[in-house]
Amino acid sequence: MRGPGEAEPRPAEAGRVPPSARRTDTAGGPPAAAVTVTAEGPLPDRSYDIAIVGAGVVGCAIARRLARHPRPRIALVEAQDDVGQGTSKANTAILHTGFDAVPGTLEARLVREGSARLAAYAAESGIPVEPVGALLVAWDGEQLAALPRLARKAAANSCSDTRLLDRAELYAREPHLGPGALGALHIPGESVICPWTTTLAYATQAVRAGVDLHLNTMVERATWDGGHHLHTTRGTLRARHLVNAAGLGADILDHHLGRDDFGVRPRRGQLLVFDKFARPLVRHILLPVPTALGKGVLVAPTVYGNVLLGPTAEDLDDRRATGSTAEGIALLRERGRRVLPALIEEEVTAVYAGLRAATGQEDYRIAAHPERSCVTVGGIRSTGLTASLAIAEHVTALLTGTGLDLGPERDLEPVHMPNLGEAFPRPHQRPGLIAADPAYGTLVCHCERVSLGEIRDALAGPIPPRGADGLRRRTRARAGRCQGFYCGAAVRELLERRGRGERG
Amino acid sequence: MTAVRQVDVLVVGAGPAGLAAAARLAAARAGRVELLEREARPGGVPRHCAHRGFGTWPRTLTGPRYARLLTAEAERAGAVIRTRTTVLDWEAGAAFAPNVVLTVGPGGPEALAARAVVLATGARERPRAARLVPGTRPAGVYTTGELQQAVHLFGQHIGTRAVVVGARDVSYAAARTVRTAGAEVVALVTEHPRARTGRARARSARLVEGIPLLTDTAVVELLGHGRLSGVRVRHRDGRTAVLPCDTVVFTGDFVPDQELARRGALDLDPGTRGPAVHAGLHTSRPGVFAAGNLLHAVEPAGTAAREGARAAAAVLGHLSGAPWPRPGIPVTVERPLCHVTPNRIDPDRGRLGHPAGPPHLLRTDTPLPRPVLYVHQDGRLLHRARLGPGTARPHRALRLDGSWHGRVDPDGPEVRVSAG
Repeated sequence: MRGPGEAEPRPAEAGRVPPSARRTDTAGGPPAAAVTVTAEGPLPDRSYDIAIVGAGVVGCAIARRLARHPRPRIALVEAQDDVGQGTSKANTAILHTGFDAVPGTLEARLVREGSARLAAYAAESGIPVEPVGALLVAWDGEQLAALPRLARKAAANSCSDTRLLDRAELYAREPHLGPGALGALHIPGESVICPWTTTLAYATQAVRAGVDLHLNTMVERATWDGGHHLHTTRGTLRARHLVNAAGLGADILDHHLGRDDFGVRPRRGQLLVFDKFARPLVRHILLPVPTALGKGVLVAPTVYGNVLLGPTAEDLDDRRATGSTAEGIALLRERGRRVLPALIEEEVTAVYAGLRAATGQEDYRIAAHPERSCVTVGGIRSTGLTASLAIAEHVTALLTGTGLDLGPERDLEPVHMPNLGEAFPRPHQRPGLIAADPAYGTLVCHCERVSLGEIRDALAGPIPPRGADGLRRRTRARAGRCQGFYCGAAVRELLERRGRGERG
Repeated sequence: MTAVRQVDVLVVGAGPAGLAAAARLAAARAGRVELLEREARPGGVPRHCAHRGFGTWPRTLTGPRYARLLTAEAERAGAVIRTRTTVLDWEAGAAFAPNVVLTVGPGGPEALAARAVVLATGARERPRAARLVPGTRPAGVYTTGELQQAVHLFGQHIGTRAVVVGARDVSYAAARTVRTAGAEVVALVTEHPRARTGRARARSARLVEGIPLLTDTAVVELLGHGRLSGVRVRHRDGRTAVLPCDTVVFTGDFVPDQELARRGALDLDPGTRGPAVHAGLHTSRPGVFAAGNLLHAVEPAGTAAREGARAAAAVLGHLSGAPWPRPGIPVTVERPLCHVTPNRIDPDRGRLGHPAGPPHLLRTDTPLPRPVLYVHQDGRLLHRARLGPGTARPHRALRLDGSWHGRVDPDGPEVRVSAG
């Protein structure tokens, strides 16, 4: 078993444009691959064969898939300062089976295929997954009557291991469930996963295989003269082929490309994360019976050992409205109190809101536009994380269909991600690792038990965090109940010391 | 797993309570006394309180000097202080005698068995998320603890304009830290009708330092992407306004850091949210004592140190074979009183002929002009205590002596303390 220290060794600098952003990364064995991750200064003056706009979980998965072909030069372009900063960071962190998808849709197929692919990839890459299963809980007679129909729909989505539970069996499985539940549909295949590690794993493999990642690069305009010119906040980037994975901005980028096939209407989902003391209260993902208004508010364990309550579903016009509201929090607490009354007695350790890219159609909006050498990957809703690897496969086939010859293909070096999950040993729980490097026994963030060694590794990784939020997603530092009361200043010191170029 | 190492007394947390307990125990030759501290330096919260007021009046010290003084006393007495060592959990399934805890530090994991354990893990402020303050999640959002460490331990830049949420002693300390860091305090904002601090302090902040105090006002939303750009406030009468600022400090609202207590299945007191304790600071788990701000959230460092010393005395009794008290009769409070410590009465205390216990500490949520405390059990008045006029104010602890303990019916229901 490789330790995090081996998985993320300190890189040596290897000057190129801009000097600080070019890293030599020797993980994955020889030969040493040059990694290009930039976040400031003008974009490198080179033209790419393929540009992927949007480094969310879908964009990163596509970059990783295309990186299997060594020949094309690929750029992954992201407006924000880190991968997975949009919809990908603020979701319900569930690895779906697709049991409730609309049978026959593209989404249903890609979720089903993606689910199996991601489960295998997670096991191989050290991404924490807990196969807790889900219970679709009926709270009235009408919902109870709907369960057999949902079981048949699940079977139509190749999810045939669901089972109806009566009241007694439901409460035996979930003793802390609030009173009044009548029965449930058990979907054993549903899991919880770490969405941040997933996105970062894709991006890490992509950049190690030669994809250039350009952060802080917002596409403001795009023109076409037989090739694409992306006019960004950091200059112009040229590419022969384009993949639009811009998430909430996918319709705007499509408009620049001369396509107006759909409009994105952000749907805000607010979520509450409860203290780890709440984790023993719930064993499964607890889902409400879906209605025409959406999938409703769920209660789910997280792989970090917290409990998640959410999301709300609010249709908005503002694509930056990622704030929580008093009404949203009150609604979630009211719903949560009914499902799991003891949950509301525990402290909330985080409140966040994410925007899903709703398009007014109950399916993904993935289409190739061969006349413009581009593929649009739009309308990827809450299932995008689960489907990401299958979407990447699908998009690659579409790109080939636009006349792109990707050339030979190879297997990528596997990636081994640091474990953030509670179901697997964390570094401070591994005596051999601490004996080899005492930094893994030196805890900095006490609530989440994050060691100095993990923070050091994240700061030295191929795609280092550029702020406290990025470090939190990579290590969980400051993500606990004290939110930095104890460790905030010490964690910031480590970040800033790294920024000043100091070691240790 | 590594072999279990045996010590006599394990103290968890090297703040004022833990240091005082360890010093007293080591001086009393209680055997091997180890003090475990997860931070790099002992001292606890005073380490980053730059202001004076610690120690004995009038020769008061700054927080860091007080922390060094307590540390030196513990070391001189022979206590072993091990920093960067975290107690992760209790060994499951172990019989209560002795208690075994699992630790980790740079030297690796260790299992430690102790004849007595003193929990002195302190208190922390509830951050923005726990207070359910809506809005975006920008940078520039602090608690006092993080702010003081940023400024006093690391010299970090904290922004230029700060709103301080709260108007308690700790809020004024936060305001002073903001100014030390070269930033402006936009306002102190409190939901209460007046500041919860001494009149002189409130007046000096307002008139000398020119810091506005917004009373009856709540921070209802944080604004800004990336960096905080302002906070929305709402007055009790419904008016709202945006205060432009790049920093907000959530102060006060301290809660006991009870993670180890909960992991050890200790009974908690619903009022304090810390472990329920008897007069000798025995918890519900045999061999485990608790002291300091873990018991009742925040009281002055001197109070915590005195509790540490009191726990040490009880530990010595336990080591020499004194029986562990039975679960005990709960002591509860009625509003506007918030909580009381100690909050269990040993039913055997009277029969065993113990002297009256040490005083109880209480807090009130609203000022009581002519305070009288009543102690009832099952409708029967056990005790009545008249306090000095003007003493019962939210920012000060009230004391209730334990002279009535002998009158508690050992088979009766809970004891209730109310104010009139």
